[in-house]
Amino acid sequence: MGNGASRDLAVIVQVQGLRKVYEGKQRVIAVDGIDLGVREGELYGLLGPNGAGKTTTISICTTRALPTAGKVRIAGVDVVASPSAARRCMGIVPQYNTLDRACTIYENIHFHCLYFGFSRAEARQRTSQLLEQFHLSERADAYPAQLSGGLAQRVQIARAIAHRPKVLFLDEPSAGLDPQSRIAMWEAVSRLREEGITVVLTTHYMEEADELCDRVAIIDHGKILVEDTPAALKSSVGAQKVYALDLSNRDGTAALTEQLKQMQGVRSVESMPGGVRVFADNADGLLPEIVEASSPYGLRDLTITESSLETVFIRLTGRDLRE
Amino acid sequence: MQTLESEIEVTQQPELPRAAPGRALQYSRAFAGLFLRDLHVLRREIWPFLIRVCMNPLLFLFVFTYIMPHMSGGAAMNPTAAMAGVNFSTVLLPGLMAVAIMFSGIAAVALPLAQEFGITREIDDRVMCPLPVAAVAIEKVCFSAVQSMVAAAVVFPLAYYVPATPVYAHVRSWPFLILVLALASLTSGALGLVIGTSVKPQQIGLIFGVVVMPITFLGCVYYPWAKLNTMPWLQHLVLINPIVYMSEGLRAALTPTLPHMHLALILTMLIFFLVLLTTVGIRGFLRRVIG
Repeated sequence: MGNGASRDLAVIVQVQGLRKVYEGKQRVIAVDGIDLGVREGELYGLLGPNGAGKTTTISICTTRALPTAGKVRIAGVDVVASPSAARRCMGIVPQYNTLDRACTIYENIHFHCLYFGFSRAEARQRTSQLLEQFHLSERADAYPAQLSGGLAQRVQIARAIAHRPKVLFLDEPSAGLDPQSRIAMWEAVSRLREEGITVVLTTHYMEEADELCDRVAIIDHGKILVEDTPAALKSSVGAQKVYALDLSNRDGTAALTEQLKQMQGVRSVESMPGGVRVFADNADGLLPEIVEASSPYGLRDLTITESSLETVFIRLTGRDLRE
Repeated sequence: MQTLESEIEVTQQPELPRAAPGRALQYSRAFAGLFLRDLHVLRREIWPFLIRVCMNPLLFLFVFTYIMPHMSGGAAMNPTAAMAGVNFSTVLLPGLMAVAIMFSGIAAVALPLAQEFGITREIDDRVMCPLPVAAVAIEKVCFSAVQSMVAAAVVFPLAYYVPATPVYAHVRSWPFLILVLALASLTSGALGLVIGTSVKPQQIGLIFGVVVMPITFLGCVYYPWAKLNTMPWLQHLVLINPIVYMSEGLRAALTPTLPHMHLALILTMLIFFLVLLTTVGIRGFLRRVIG
């Protein structure tokens, strides 16, 4: 109905059948048929381990790489057919610091405005406003080399949104940041939505995706495994805890699996390299029961993961995000 | 409800994206912005720039055209001058201008590019400007041309006043001089682009020994091309060197008493090298920045 049509209209980042293959000695399929739609005003996360194809996807969306196949439209503009027009609609904060080393913080933002067609007066006004907004006014005359990682990141975000883009892409925004800077960055990003900016970010920190994003796509080996709100993803696991049991004697794991499945609160059990993984509810007394049952099989180590996007990822791939 | 909506509209108004200007206007503004940025940075580093530009010609002139002529038997110690047969200072004026132009092209394009492609990846930011990526490369060439012209302008008074022997310079045609200067400057910028995009950042130092020094010494900088007639193989070999046409062009424009190539040949070859190096340079630039 009308509702569906208006939802379609509101899709601002549209990715269809995106593929990127790097030919060479070793043929690498970095992106293997990705489809996604980000709605206007949304904070959207691409969550996946390193090498999953997140950065390649972002690079294609931001016109810095050409797709092997597929289409990307940002605010209706095809990024391959008209890259210059597409760049006006988007801001980008790459993984590494690309601030202009020869210019001060003020000049970095000021010249960025000039590149995007602001008059000098407009650029001055916008720069001052952004420095204020991101609490950078005191460091306006500092050079990028004098800034800490967190501060440089803030300058990059301020610069990226200086030309009032509709979409902001953040590639691994918290990589290399200390915990405090990371929280400051989260706050800055959350505030952007008040300005109506759509944010697409990539991350391999599940807390980041959980905390910040309205919707998350979990991506691995260049494919989207699942896409939903963090809450829906977490509840889809159907378990609140994951117990990973590291066993030295793996001969009897089949018997152990059967035994574990009988326990109250256990949802499912699956084998993993080096042991078994138990998906369970928050049931009292389950932990000692599991320990007791698995002791005869040489329990060496036990890891408990609270229900999180991490458990979703484990469930989908059988692997850890950090592996 | 309606009032609420209209209120939202009002408050959101200043945050709305700017109306898209015409494409040509958008590109030219972005280009002008990039140029202004480079100008701003150069202005701040104007003294290091001038010192860099002055040092090579100043020392060269001082040693070969001031110290040596003042030594007893100086001519014997200066075989280059003896070979040239004419006033060596006059030979050097256009030659050193050509070297200054070429060095500036490399210092203004190749060296910064090596850095920007390397650790800092600053180039990614410039590439995100709302204009075609090739235009970012062309802006670098154009700005480098400005630096080259300043460098050439700085060399002129040095080469005129430092030598102990008089320099015979005469501008036969201003339009020709300006044309040669502009073509030579753009060509050297394009050469810098080719070097900067085709060489790995860590090898950029090596390039000075392998490319820059040979093309300078075999670029008819310290001798007119016509004087190579005793070694026909060399006289023909150096024709593949774009610096030859820069020095010969400036020789034709500034010191017409010296032998020089035909004007039409000089201009044709400068244009040929400009187009060739720009094409190769832009291709390399695109390959480096677009995955």
